[in-house]
Amino acid sequence: MTVRIDLLPKTKYVVPGNSACAGCGMMIGLKVLGMALGEEAVLSIPASCASVVQGLGPKSGVALPILNVPFASAASVATGMSEAFRQLGVKGQAVVWAGDGGTADIGFAAVSAAAERNSDVLYIMYDNEAYMNTGIQRSSETPKGAWTTTTPTGKREAKKDVALILLAHGVPYVATANIAYPQDFYRKIKRASEIRGFKFIHLFAPCPPGWLFDPSLTVEVARKAVETGVFILWEYDNGELKLNPPSSALVDKSRRKPLVEYLKLQGRYAHLSEDQIKQMEEEIDRKWQFLLRFAQAARPRA
Amino acid sequence: MGLELVPVSRPAPGSGGITGTWRTLRPVVDLKKCIDCGICWLYCPESVIDWEKGQKIKIDYTYCKGCGICAHECPTKAIEMAPEAGL
Amino acid sequence: MRTLAVLKTALTGNYAVAHAVRLAKPHVIAAYPITPQTTIVEKLSEFVAKGELKASFVNVESEFSALAVVYGAAMAGARAFTATSSHGLFYMYEMLWWAAGSRAPIVMAVVTRTLGPPWNIHDEHNDILAIRDSGWAVAMASNVQEVLDLTIQAFKLAESAYIPVAVGLDGFVLSHTVESIELPPQEAVDEFLPPRRPDLPLRLRPGEPITMGNIPSDDRLHAEHLKNIYRASQEAKKLVKSIDAEYGKLVGREYGGMVEGFELEGARYAVVCMGAWCGDAKEAVRSLRREGVPVGLMRIRFVRPFPDEEVAELSGMDRVVVFDRDITPAGGILGREVASVLGRDKVVNVLAGLAGVDFKADEFRKAVKHAVEGEYADRVVLL
Repeated sequence: MTVRIDLLPKTKYVVPGNSACAGCGMMIGLKVLGMALGEEAVLSIPASCASVVQGLGPKSGVALPILNVPFASAASVATGMSEAFRQLGVKGQAVVWAGDGGTADIGFAAVSAAAERNSDVLYIMYDNEAYMNTGIQRSSETPKGAWTTTTPTGKREAKKDVALILLAHGVPYVATANIAYPQDFYRKIKRASEIRGFKFIHLFAPCPPGWLFDPSLTVEVARKAVETGVFILWEYDNGELKLNPPSSALVDKSRRKPLVEYLKLQGRYAHLSEDQIKQMEEEIDRKWQFLLRFAQAARPRA
Repeated sequence: MGLELVPVSRPAPGSGGITGTWRTLRPVVDLKKCIDCGICWLYCPESVIDWEKGQKIKIDYTYCKGCGICAHECPTKAIEMAPEAGL
Repeated sequence: MRTLAVLKTALTGNYAVAHAVRLAKPHVIAAYPITPQTTIVEKLSEFVAKGELKASFVNVESEFSALAVVYGAAMAGARAFTATSSHGLFYMYEMLWWAAGSRAPIVMAVVTRTLGPPWNIHDEHNDILAIRDSGWAVAMASNVQEVLDLTIQAFKLAESAYIPVAVGLDGFVLSHTVESIELPPQEAVDEFLPPRRPDLPLRLRPGEPITMGNIPSDDRLHAEHLKNIYRASQEAKKLVKSIDAEYGKLVGREYGGMVEGFELEGARYAVVCMGAWCGDAKEAVRSLRREGVPVGLMRIRFVRPFPDEEVAELSGMDRVVVFDRDITPAGGILGREVASVLGRDKVVNVLAGLAGVDFKADEFRKAVKHAVEGEYADRVVLL
């Protein structure tokens, strides 16, 4: 069910005049988190762009309860908050709002442990595909081929699929989301928060200065990632893995837009040759085939 | 105000300064073209667009950073990014 | 003093910690196993599993996460406990500072142990002393009864000063040694340690937007916060004493606050030490007194905040012999700390018992005698 735009809460959980860069994709996501869970969430935020965008104390640019915590600790801190709330009888949802580096790299052991324990935490990884806060260094979520300041000729290794790794932990809910589809993200947050246990959402969030595109194109880039098949919207719930629109209509490769429409918007891919782009396209299709086989396997029992 | 033993912050506009000064391009709305869809409100990363269905949008230029997402996403091209005076 | 229905029993130091924690009724416990800490958390998980302690016991993948979990719990208003040792304590390092900087009222048991290489699980104090400047209050017990009492007192201190408290006990020497002790009744502990305030150091609740830890607009705000933590640490010295006295009234045992004095009356020489081997040192002092050597002893209970005032009371001594069960490129840690109060000329710093090597009463006796007779050529003596 898509939520009608005019029925979304109007409270400003992202407060104007904060420290985010113009056109920050992550802030669109944070806004949606506020709309969906603003009165229930308590956030654990590790070192990241998300800690900086809050602006300068004693003001805060994010109107949510937030504990800023060390880089690798967010999932564990959220576990502690969640257990405290349970023991003290406080109704609320411990939420981690962490970047890709804090999740897939330095914080990964803690994320994996929280998932394995099935701690009652909603973990949202906003993925801007590099260490943006420190100035665009490569992370394990940087896609193959992308320029960063530490991969000046393009990253040679593939992007780590954290959502599938988390799914393999046997947690009750895993989904991907994209800031170009806020209502889909809103619905997924709402659904996840109904479930007790560990929930993981991988949120695709383009970064204008890091990906080298004009800030007006943030949503366009995010949308093109889905339309070209680079980023697949899916949801694992109740033991079933299914694709969400519009990805669900893009199973047939011919319905996807040419990859170059996504790549050409971003300076980080400007150096790629036609051969490299062709190879990327093949790899994207392999990713689709893998996910579809997974979806086939993860179907509800009759 | 609470009795905290640690420095705490509370929501307030301008935690990053008067961010409207970052702007080189200014979103100018042609309300005649606006169809009241709320897309610009939904995508504005800064929450500087106020909107309620039935009431036309209003932009807070004190803090609007001028990213231009609203103009790019507007389905009727009702928002135009105009150079700031003096630039 | 009231008559209490105390339970006499025999426990290891680690089980004494576990029973103290049970009596303190924490909401959240998290830990990662490391020898010689393990039996603390095994016992606690058993208490929780049997319903003897109503708490969340969180198994984590590292000590860093153990402290992160109890940190999150403490900031959300829970009473929280963890325990570790040696390399585990070092793996927590970043979180230790963050917890102290957040004024999180956490209690942590540190079962002291050497640091590698080589791998060695025996007793030494370098691990717990390495966190002395992190903002934690750092204490060490000298026997199993004190392990129990100090752990209960630590919760009160943490929740009064809003400083996390590390309670040290010597690995194996106390952690795995059974001693006869008294367990205070639950009512006495409940009276001593009321439920903690959930709104300090801040109130973290859904629907109440408050942020801790974003970048300050002015570095002076941060600097003021650091000064406040220093002031709170200084204030904590008074709390250590009053809490010890209050506990004494309720339970019948008190320890002297920041330090314990022993045979200091009429002494011209003083021994300074910390931890379980102070028992051996006391035996040496008794023996030296019998020989006519006017020596007393000051046992450091809290090394952070440092008992400057109490150590300064030794300024009239002809010589002060400081025993360190730790070693640094600059000598012994306690030796330098004591010298910073009394001056270098008065202090002989004996480094002994390193890497778990036994150091017995008679060795203390000989070392003190050598030191007071001026037979050591160096200020730092390696035994």
